[in-house]
Amino acid sequence: MSNSLDSYLVLSGILFAIGTFGFLARRNAISMLMAIELMLNAVNLAIVAFGAFIPALGSQGAVIALMVMAVAAGEATVGLAIVIAIYRNRKTPLVDEYDAMKR
Amino acid sequence: MLRTLLSIALALVVIGFVLTVAAAMVIFLGQTWTDALFWCFASLMIVSGLLVVTMRDIIRCGLAMIVCFGALAGIYIVMGATLIGAAQVIVYIGAISVLILFAIMLTQTKAAPNRLVFQTQAGPAAIAAVVIAVLIGLAVSATTWPGERAERVPYTANQISDQLFSTFVLPFEIVSVLLLAAVIGAVFLAKREPGGPA
Repeated sequence: MSNSLDSYLVLSGILFAIGTFGFLARRNAISMLMAIELMLNAVNLAIVAFGAFIPALGSQGAVIALMVMAVAAGEATVGLAIVIAIYRNRKTPLVDEYDAMKR
Repeated sequence: MLRTLLSIALALVVIGFVLTVAAAMVIFLGQTWTDALFWCFASLMIVSGLLVVTMRDIIRCGLAMIVCFGALAGIYIVMGATLIGAAQVIVYIGAISVLILFAIMLTQTKAAPNRLVFQTQAGPAAIAAVVIAVLIGLAVSATTWPGERAERVPYTANQISDQLFSTFVLPFEIVSVLLLAAVIGAVFLAKREPGGPA
């Protein structure tokens, strides 16, 4: 089971679906960012699995996964800074109370 | 002091649980160690991932996320990508989780955990997530990947670094500039304006 590409890809799909649900359903902005991290991790798992099982890719899959990790770190930094800046103005981390443009 | 001991004991209990289940699968179901460890890490990852998106207390969500990332690092190592597993531990558990926990503690209000956790569209979101998972599963099982091997192809850290500094040297440099830009942008965004709202 641990020696077939399909099981890793199905696992990555399940993790991606969990992240999708969290992003769509949570009210807290930081929870949504955590769900985005889960989705990025799912994609990374798929990339590393392709690299490990398809010889034409070889170690390139691992290199791409390292790049994704660096970009995810940058994304988390900027996203959390934006959430903190909004929190300082609106005094709430809940996204459905950011309704200044609806009123 | 007591809390530290408790957390160490909890970590040991989790590790012991994973290893016990894996050993039980090896002994009773006749599977190999990698298979058993794969199953344990996969179930740990999915359960903690579900806890991340469903738990009420957001601090606990963050801690469950650390468990999820750790299980994913274990899966990378079972897969043979040890360098990626190490990078996962350093980058995600060491840096991103700590950053997210800091942000949680900066934006925590006392009333927040008691209020509603989910948006009104949580039901359709759950349906959409299940549909995505089923579609990905069907697509994966219906596809034969070109050039797929039945066995893992092992690669070493030497090969990764060779690739990183020859074929991928331009993306590598761009990523370094991107990280610098992200750091400067984050400091600028989160900086308190002098005379602005406190």
